Amino acid sequence: MSATGMEIPATASWKLPSRGRVGMYCLILAESAIFAIFIAAYIFYIGKSISGPAPRQILAVPIVASVGLWASSFTIHWAVAALAKGKTWIFAGLWFLTLALGAFFIGATAREWHHLIYDEGFTIQTNLFGTTYYALVGLHASHVIIGLIALTVVMVFALFGKVRPEHHERCEILSLYWHFVDVVWVVVFIVVYGLS
Amino acid sequence: MASESIPLTIRTNPLAVVYEWLATVDHKKIGIMYIVYALLFLVVMGIEAILMRIQLAHANATFLSPQLFNRLFTLHGTTGIFFVAMPILFGFGNYLVPLMIGARDMAFPRLNAFSFWMTALGGFLLYGSVFAGGPLSQAGSAPDVGWFAYAPLTSPAFSPGHSTDYWTLSLLVAGVGSIGAAVNFVATILSMRCEGMTLGRMPLFAWMNLVMGGLVLVTISPLTAAQIMLMIDRYIGGHFFDTDAGGSVVMWMHFFWIFGHPEVYVLIIPCFGFVSEIVPVFSRKAMFGYPAMVAATVGIGFVSLGVWAHHMFTVGMPSYGNAFFVLTTMVVAVPTGIKIFNWLATMWGGKIRFATPMLFCIAFLFQFLIAGLTGIALSIAPFNWQLGNSYFVVAHFHYVIVGGILFTIFAAFYYWFPKMTGRMLSEKIGKWHFWLFVIGFHLTFDFMHIPGLLGMPRRVYTYEANRGWETWNMISSIGAVVQAIAILLFVYNMIESYYKGATAGNDPWDAWTLEWATPSPPPHYNFAAVPAVQSRRPLWDIKHPEDPDWKYE
Repeated sequence: MSATGMEIPATASWKLPSRGRVGMYCLILAESAIFAIFIAAYIFYIGKSISGPAPRQILAVPIVASVGLWASSFTIHWAVAALAKGKTWIFAGLWFLTLALGAFFIGATAREWHHLIYDEGFTIQTNLFGTTYYALVGLHASHVIIGLIALTVVMVFALFGKVRPEHHERCEILSLYWHFVDVVWVVVFIVVYGLS
Repeated sequence: MASESIPLTIRTNPLAVVYEWLATVDHKKIGIMYIVYALLFLVVMGIEAILMRIQLAHANATFLSPQLFNRLFTLHGTTGIFFVAMPILFGFGNYLVPLMIGARDMAFPRLNAFSFWMTALGGFLLYGSVFAGGPLSQAGSAPDVGWFAYAPLTSPAFSPGHSTDYWTLSLLVAGVGSIGAAVNFVATILSMRCEGMTLGRMPLFAWMNLVMGGLVLVTISPLTAAQIMLMIDRYIGGHFFDTDAGGSVVMWMHFFWIFGHPEVYVLIIPCFGFVSEIVPVFSRKAMFGYPAMVAATVGIGFVSLGVWAHHMFTVGMPSYGNAFFVLTTMVVAVPTGIKIFNWLATMWGGKIRFATPMLFCIAFLFQFLIAGLTGIALSIAPFNWQLGNSYFVVAHFHYVIVGGILFTIFAAFYYWFPKMTGRMLSEKIGKWHFWLFVIGFHLTFDFMHIPGLLGMPRRVYTYEANRGWETWNMISSIGAVVQAIAILLFVYNMIESYYKGATAGNDPWDAWTLEWATPSPPPHYNFAAVPAVQSRRPLWDIKHPEDPDWKYE
């Protein structure tokens, strides 16, 4: 069809929010609701296990890995800022640092689980605490892994020089997800290692 | 404008046509696939309902075994919510929202296709259970835990075999599809509007899909979370809902209804959108109280998040819990009432055309009002203690889902079928469909309240003769058959009109929103030139350049 009669004469600047950003915020909202339910279940079941062990008997606070994960929020932010300014190699370096911090965090979780399962004999079947602990920490860890896969894809492109300054918004949208994963860990950390 | 005819796609190779549909990312094709898929399941769930109504028509019937009856009501409920109502509404939303806001597609076309196929896979998994959960498992060939699957019925001890696994996987997969669709709706509506289409000028249908999308994001996710927990319990020996290990079965109820109640609004809000588009066009007046309508929709969205435990009055809660959920539930009536008055005020003084879409909308107004009133009655905790889990509840929510949602879906079919196919549905068969369906609906569900009041519990596969329930059940069953005949007429009407219906043209209803500015059916790219709008009724402005709407808004 022709647009006769449907054009406004002087087009004022027509600006809409970026669809990628809106989409990512929507995904984060949905993921938050999933985490909210798991956190609610964890809190509701604190102290309700009818057999041991209790959290304080076996959990060690993973402070180094946690600080590393939170630090990766800063490195990814600086990486995207560097990309926007056209400094692609600084971007690649900081992006790699983010990836390394994330991988270190997952490694620490793996070691923690290995210790709990093989040294303490504490599994998801042991008691209510085991069920809620592995479910909540595992849900978060699976999100970290998905984030790491996405970061790795960008890293590979960056190594081949395919990530250019005009891609900074896409990288920023991905960084929103990474920030979300880090913020969720603040809550999970407080609930799992603080409250119990 | 828009008069040049678009040549039909030349269909030479049937395989190419199949491939085109399987691989499509076009929002219109995906929308139609959603709708066709949902219609198939509508027929399936209808057959399940008829079988149950035959069993319940008289006392001490032996038409169905108790086991089969349990499977049928579980499949009927699960299918109805997840594989009929949601996909059909996603289908209309998918088809119409981009056209209405002047966009060429959804924000994420590939995500859109992914979401549809996930939903489709969910439905196939549910019915896969009928075939695969069979003889070897020795424990039921279909899920039989009820559509809300209360723990501990779903635990391995009470649900051996794999039928419950199929059920939970099916909802998990379909839930992922729904979340993807919701992300797409919100991003499309916020980020893809054509020039001049401010939020205040968006068609109400788009507004309501925006609210629906937001609601899906925060309500389907808890269901997904609960399904993950159930899977952890069933597959790897977790204890979330295991009372032997200190777990709580009431927690499942909370998690399920945190999803389950807002889900009703996920379904009814797009239907409010249908009514808000159809009633003005057939009353020849602009929508009355557009801002109030938007505010009421957003209000319902928020309030609906805080009412879930009214499904649990009979479980027993502290009096503060009861009082809170009684009051929040009653508050829902306020924005809903605003909507009903807005539609009535739109009709008031209008030049009403009683075409089939409008007839379905008018019936909706009356029926939805009654459904709301029995809902308020059930929100009163002591009344609920008396009637919870009775046929009164069954009658109430079918009044919402059939009398409210399904009636507006039929209205939407009669209104937008011409846009989707280029052919009008037959008005003559449409009127038959409408009147038969109204009669059948009222026979079934008006009279279903009475055995509920007399104490008939839901989900019983039969009952004794001397309870005084027989006549009412017989009337309900006769009504179900009348509804089935009406639906067969509707199916016939669609097939017949698709080939032989009158040509629709661009704008058969003399309507005002952008989808009617495109040819019927619209070309792949929707708009040759992306339009720009200046008011809520862009087509009115074109048809009446001497008196455009934007002078008054």
